[in-house]
Amino acid sequence: MKPDQLLRPAPAGLYCPAGDFYIDPVRPVARALVTHGHSDHARAGHGAVLATQETLDIMEIRYGADFCGTRQSAAFGERIGVNGVTVSFHPAGHVLGSAQIAVEKDGLRIVASGDYKRGVDPTCAAYEPVPCDIFITEATFGLPVFHHPDPKTEMGKLITSLRQFPERSHLVGAYSLGKSQRVIRLLRDCGYDAPVYIHGSLARLCDYYVSRGVELGDLRPATVEKGDKTDFRGAVIVGPPSAFADRWARRFNEPLIAFASGWMMVRQRAKQGGVELPLVISDHCDWPELTETIRELAPQEVWVTHGREEALVRWCELAGLPARPLHLVGYEDEGD
Amino acid sequence: MKAFSTLLDRLVLTPSRNGKLKLLADYFRDTPDPDRGYGLAAIAGTLDLKSVKPALLRELVLERMDAVLFRYSYDYVGDLAETIALVWDQERKERVPDEAEPSLSAVVTRMNALGRTEVRGAVRDLLDRLDPSGRFAFLKLATGALRIGVSARLAKQALAEFSGMDVTEIETLWHGLEPPYEPLFAWLEGRAERPVLATPAIFHSVMLANPVGDGDLANLDPADFAAEWKWDGIRVQMSSSGATRRLYSRSGDDISAAFPDVLDAMNFEGVVDGELLVGGTARMNSPTRTFSDLQQRLNRKTVNTKMLEDYPAFVRAYDVLFEGEVDVRPAAFTERRKRLAGLIDKTPHDRFDLSPLVPFSTWEELEAIRRDPPDPVIEGVMIKRLDSPYQAGRMKGPWFKWKRDPFNIDAVMMYAQRGHGKRSSYYSDFTFGVWTEGPDGDVLVPVGKAYFGFTDAELEVLDRFVRNNTTERFGPVRAVRAEPAHGFVLEVAFEGINRSNRHKSGVAMRFPRIARLRQDKLPADADRLETLMAMIDAREDTR
Ligand SMILES: [Zn+2]
Ligand SMILES: [Zn+2]
Repeated sequence: MKPDQLLRPAPAGLYCPAGDFYIDPVRPVARALVTHGHSDHARAGHGAVLATQETLDIMEIRYGADFCGTRQSAAFGERIGVNGVTVSFHPAGHVLGSAQIAVEKDGLRIVASGDYKRGVDPTCAAYEPVPCDIFITEATFGLPVFHHPDPKTEMGKLITSLRQFPERSHLVGAYSLGKSQRVIRLLRDCGYDAPVYIHGSLARLCDYYVSRGVELGDLRPATVEKGDKTDFRGAVIVGPPSAFADRWARRFNEPLIAFASGWMMVRQRAKQGGVELPLVISDHCDWPELTETIRELAPQEVWVTHGREEALVRWCELAGLPARPLHLVGYEDEGD
Repeated sequence: MKAFSTLLDRLVLTPSRNGKLKLLADYFRDTPDPDRGYGLAAIAGTLDLKSVKPALLRELVLERMDAVLFRYSYDYVGDLAETIALVWDQERKERVPDEAEPSLSAVVTRMNALGRTEVRGAVRDLLDRLDPSGRFAFLKLATGALRIGVSARLAKQALAEFSGMDVTEIETLWHGLEPPYEPLFAWLEGRAERPVLATPAIFHSVMLANPVGDGDLANLDPADFAAEWKWDGIRVQMSSSGATRRLYSRSGDDISAAFPDVLDAMNFEGVVDGELLVGGTARMNSPTRTFSDLQQRLNRKTVNTKMLEDYPAFVRAYDVLFEGEVDVRPAAFTERRKRLAGLIDKTPHDRFDLSPLVPFSTWEELEAIRRDPPDPVIEGVMIKRLDSPYQAGRMKGPWFKWKRDPFNIDAVMMYAQRGHGKRSSYYSDFTFGVWTEGPDGDVLVPVGKAYFGFTDAELEVLDRFVRNNTTERFGPVRAVRAEPAHGFVLEVAFEGINRSNRHKSGVAMRFPRIARLRQDKLPADADRLETLMAMIDAREDTR
């Protein structure tokens, strides 16, 4: 079987001709396999969707019960036949329910990793390496400048700031799926047990994480209409960064803007965003994780997508590994 | 290094002054000696660190990584020090425990002890042992490119805040102390006496005046104040102790070498504040010469006999800080004046005189005197509270300066040049001109150059105009459209104007700055050279 019979880039996303399905299609298709619930990977309107139960639940929370025609849930490791092609889902360590998808036929196996990371994250199942002939890797942080520090060290900065500026409300920007819950969980693991106030748009996803056994402690809405500014003095408020420009953000006392993202590694990015306290916490691989993963899997070939393809392709060339960029469009790293 | 690099990371992103003060004060409180002293020096601009060339840094980083990957990284980050700090660990590195990281003082001591051939190895080793944020701080310090938006003044304010001492007390001691400032911290924390300065011939921060603003004088009683002329020379401080004599500019630069005539005549002991001028003293009954004559003597390393004869320098004394070894700064102005008069009386007649007081009884009277001073080398009056001690810095209240109205003209932008440092991506140095009659009608003649006075937002406007209206390029300089009906009018304010043979226009402005952008005017409305000439004449006529 030739690799491009099994998977190839197409306008709607990664397409499997042999099994007639797409992985993470960016427009509605008849049959979609979805790696995880971030909106650039999981879209509404497909005919049939195959994904982990968590990803299906998250899609329903975000898009409503009728987000697709039919749905089927895949357990991690379970081998499922789709039109004569065998597919299986494996943990990707990115967000709750996130999976890599292995696609296999006639002795050729390609693993589409979706978004993944190798660092410790108590809010989702840890990444598992899956041996394969061709590995499709993301490259969101595919430049040698990205080295994500220990997330607990980063969270320590927030704790220190709360001590230094006890009168200011600390607004932590974090994307609603995955990052927010991870930030709250990290705060708890650092011993912070005061109430955490959350923006309304996070409520249902936080409830869902809790229902799946991720303890988030005392969460309260940060959207009380008659709220007095001083109510939030010295409090931690978590919300999507997009909300910080709204009137919503102005209700807080001398807000100190923090942002939890892998992009915060670069000072200029923090400065441009008006971020006072950058927290380098990422749900993607940093450069060493990307290169270590490729070394560890030692596939015949590497396909690079999603982000800074050219640097990682260059690294593979230097390491003597055939590699090529996929140039897929429509993925905008919602999750970091 | 951790505490210092964390502080830097926070300071650059903290917009509010209070936030910065809090971060600095916490750093001074929580960081041990001698590290905090070096941190203070790095922020206040007094840290001496062996410098490292960017070219060496590039070589070091390319020893360990592919040039193409480095280029991708540098293109993305846009700052050499930051790129190197981030890419230095190619592989995942075992996290270095904080204690194992070299401290800021260890870095400074090690770097400054290096011989030329040892720099490469030492920089490589330090980069290996620091974390990314520590590497960034180290590289910025070593390449002399640390910019954090904190002034020396703010750092001293933070010292005051953390210790509860008065900031003027700290200012007073500042120039006599060196990094890592251990005696200073010991005193601030109440563990030791106030540091005793080794010799009073060091520079002591000068006391500055605030300009008189609208209504400032209305509620003040003229009887509480003295007035004296503000002379158009340069403010200096003379320090004399035993065999050591020094002449300092008001910012503390040692300019002794260029003024042997003044130095030789300093037969007193103590520290005196005054104005450096050229010409004869009042005690000799000969006139004070203009600022352009003084300029002949400035910015020189050495001076020849002819120069000393043609442009004799002298100092007109304003105040005394030390009389012998006695610190008289806490005494009232009237008391210091008395002492100063006694001290100047015993000095050579041709090199020193006393700035005379100007009697007045109402502010209206002083206003009239200010507008019409008896000497062209006077640029206004100084108003000083009779009971004011000599306090370093620019306090609001004890001293005011009331200048003659500053000069103002409308000029046309002619050339623009790229700025330096953080302005290097902008056209921020502007040559401007005024109209004069040429053989074929009116032409613009350049009369000056200004590179400050505008806000960042105004700089955007100026820069955009330059880019969209370039007519010619000469290296970093662009000529811009400057025609009667199309061009950019700048309102230029300046502090003085003189005749000059060195300039094509025949005039030289003192301290020109861009006061306002006059997009409401056309170049045809701008001033003419005759107006500037009249300003010089008017000035000379007041004699
Ligand atoms: Zn993604
Ligand atoms: Zn994602």
